[in-house]
Amino acid sequence: MEYFLQQLINGITLGSIYGLIAIGYTMVYGIIGMINFAHGDIFMVGSFIALALILMLGVAASAPMAILLVALLGVLALSMALTAVWGWAVERLAYRPLRGSFRLAPLITAIGMSLALQNFVQIAQGARNKPLEPLISGGFSFPANPAPGQFSVQLSYMQIGIVVTTVALMVGFSLLISRTALGRAQRACEQDRKMASLLGVDVDKTISVTFVTGAALAAVAGMFFLLYYGVIDFFIGFVAGVKAFTAAVLGGIGSLPGAMLGGLLIGLIEAFWSGYFSSDYKDVAAFSILVIVLIFMPSGLLGRPEIEKV
Amino acid sequence: MSAANAILTVERLTMRFGGLVAVDDVSFEVKRDDITAVIGPNGAGKTTMFNCVTGFYKPNAGRIAVARRDGRDYLLERLPDYRITREAGVARTFQNIRLFGGMTVLENLMVAQHTVLMDASTFTIGGLLGLPSFRKAEAEAIEKAAYWLEKIDLTPRADDPAADLSYGEQRRLEIARAMCTGPELLCLDEPAAGMNPRESAELNTLLRFIRDDHKTSILLIEHDMGVVMDISDHIVVLDYGRKISDGDVDFVRNDPHVIAAYLGVEEDEIDEAEALAESGGAVAETAS
Repeated sequence: MEYFLQQLINGITLGSIYGLIAIGYTMVYGIIGMINFAHGDIFMVGSFIALALILMLGVAASAPMAILLVALLGVLALSMALTAVWGWAVERLAYRPLRGSFRLAPLITAIGMSLALQNFVQIAQGARNKPLEPLISGGFSFPANPAPGQFSVQLSYMQIGIVVTTVALMVGFSLLISRTALGRAQRACEQDRKMASLLGVDVDKTISVTFVTGAALAAVAGMFFLLYYGVIDFFIGFVAGVKAFTAAVLGGIGSLPGAMLGGLLIGLIEAFWSGYFSSDYKDVAAFSILVIVLIFMPSGLLGRPEIEKV
Repeated sequence: MSAANAILTVERLTMRFGGLVAVDDVSFEVKRDDITAVIGPNGAGKTTMFNCVTGFYKPNAGRIAVARRDGRDYLLERLPDYRITREAGVARTFQNIRLFGGMTVLENLMVAQHTVLMDASTFTIGGLLGLPSFRKAEAEAIEKAAYWLEKIDLTPRADDPAADLSYGEQRRLEIARAMCTGPELLCLDEPAAGMNPRESAELNTLLRFIRDDHKTSILLIEHDMGVVMDISDHIVVLDYGRKISDGDVDFVRNDPHVIAAYLGVEEDEIDEAEALAESGGAVAETAS
C-alpha cells in the first residue's frame, strides 16, 4: 500500500511535467493544425535558461527558505519570459513564412528547428550533463518514524511545489481559454481562421500568442525538470517532447483537458510500470497503452469536437 | 454621382482567375442608409465582386473605397482582412454559413466584439484577473449580444452550440454576429437562400430595421427576386462579370438589358427592344 502511494505521488509529479509540455503541443495543433516538433526542445531551452539564471543569481540551497522561494519564483518568471521569446521567434522564423504552403512544409521546418535548437545548445553549452545541487530538500514521511524494514512514503516539498504550481497554472490557463477575449479568439481561429479575421481578430497575432504561452508553460516544465532531477543535457527535449506529444494524442490532440489528462496518465503509467515491473520497459509500456487507446478511441480520450479546444 | 453620401465606391474592379475574368471593369456606388442589391444570373460574378469588397479576395485591378461617417476613408483592397471589419466598418455573412459551430451562440456574438474586448483586457492579464474595466467592457458586450439575440429571436438558445441551430436560425445568427462588430456597411451573401416565405418576410423586416434604426447601409446578393424587389433602394445588375444595369427597382425591372440577361435574348433583339422602348408611346398608339 505504501509502495503504491509512493508510485502514485511520483507518477503525479512526472505527469504534471508532461502535462505542461503537452498543452503546448495541443494548443498549436488546435490553432494551426501542425505538430510543433520543436516544442520539446523549447522545453529543453527553458530548463537551460532556468539553470543559467540560478547559477548567475547564485541561488543556493544554503539560503533561508523564504529568500530561496522568492529567488526561485523570480527565476521561474524570468525563464518563462525568455523561453517565450524563443517560442515566438521559432514561430516567426520557421512557421509563419510557410503558412499557406503545403501541409508538410511546416512539419519539416519543425523537425529542422528541433535539430537546430539541440545543436545550438550542444555547441553553446557543451554536450556534457549539467548538474544542479538539490535546492529544495526535505518533505513529509508517512509514517514519520518507520519501524525497521517498514516502507516509508516520501512526499517532498519539491513534489508538492510542482503539483500545486501545475494545478494553478492549468486552472489559470483553462480560465484564459474559456473566459477571456483572447481565448475566444483562439478557439475561433481554430474553427475558421478566415472568418475570425473577417470579424476583426488578428490571426497572426493570436497564433503568436499561442506559441508564446505554450513556450512559457514548457519553461515551467523545464525548470521543474531541472529542480526535480537535478541534471539536464541538450537532449532532454527529445524524450520529454515525445512523451508529452504522446500525452497530447492520448488525451485527444487539440483538447486542452485532454492534454492535462494525457500527461497525468503517461506519468502514472511510467511510474507504476517502473515500480512494479521493469523501469527498462517503462517507455514501451507508455507507448503500448497509447496504441491500445488509439485503436479503440482513434480521436483520443477527450478528443471530441465538442470538447473545448484551443 | 454624389460621392458625398456614398459609403462604398467601387471603381473599375477587375478580378481574374487564370484566364477567366470573373469581374470585368465594374463600377458602382452604395449610398449611405440604402439597401443595395446586386443581382444577376448564375456565374455573373456577384459573389466574386462581393468577396473583393469584403477582403476575401484581393482584386487584380480597381479601387474599393469606404467613406466612414466620421470622415475616415479606407481603400479596402489595401487593408489586411482583419482591419476591414475593425477599422473600415465592413462586416459580412456567407452564402454557405460560416459560424463557429463548436462555440455557443453567445460566444459567436462575443468573438465579433473581439476588438473592443481585447483593447479593454490589457494584454489579457486584466481579463484573466477580472479587472473592473474589463468586466465593464464584457458586460456591455454581453448586453449588445443579448440585444441582437432578442432581435433574431434566439435568446433561449444563447448557450447552445451554434451548430445545433436550424438553417434559418443560423442565417439570422450570422447577421447578428456581423452586426455585433458594429459595422457601417453590412454585406449579405444570399441571406434568404433556403428560407421559406415566412422566414424571408421576417428577414426583410430585420434588414429594414438594421437600415432604419441602426443607420447601417446594406449591400446584398440575392436570388430571391421577391426579397430584392421588396426591400432594395438600389439595384446593380451583373452579367458575365460586367455591369449591365444600375438604378432603382422600377428602372431595373424595366431595363431591356436585364430582361435579356434573365431570359436569354440576343444582342440585336435588345437594340430592337430599346428602339421600341424609346418610341414606346408611338407604338402603343398605333397598336390601339
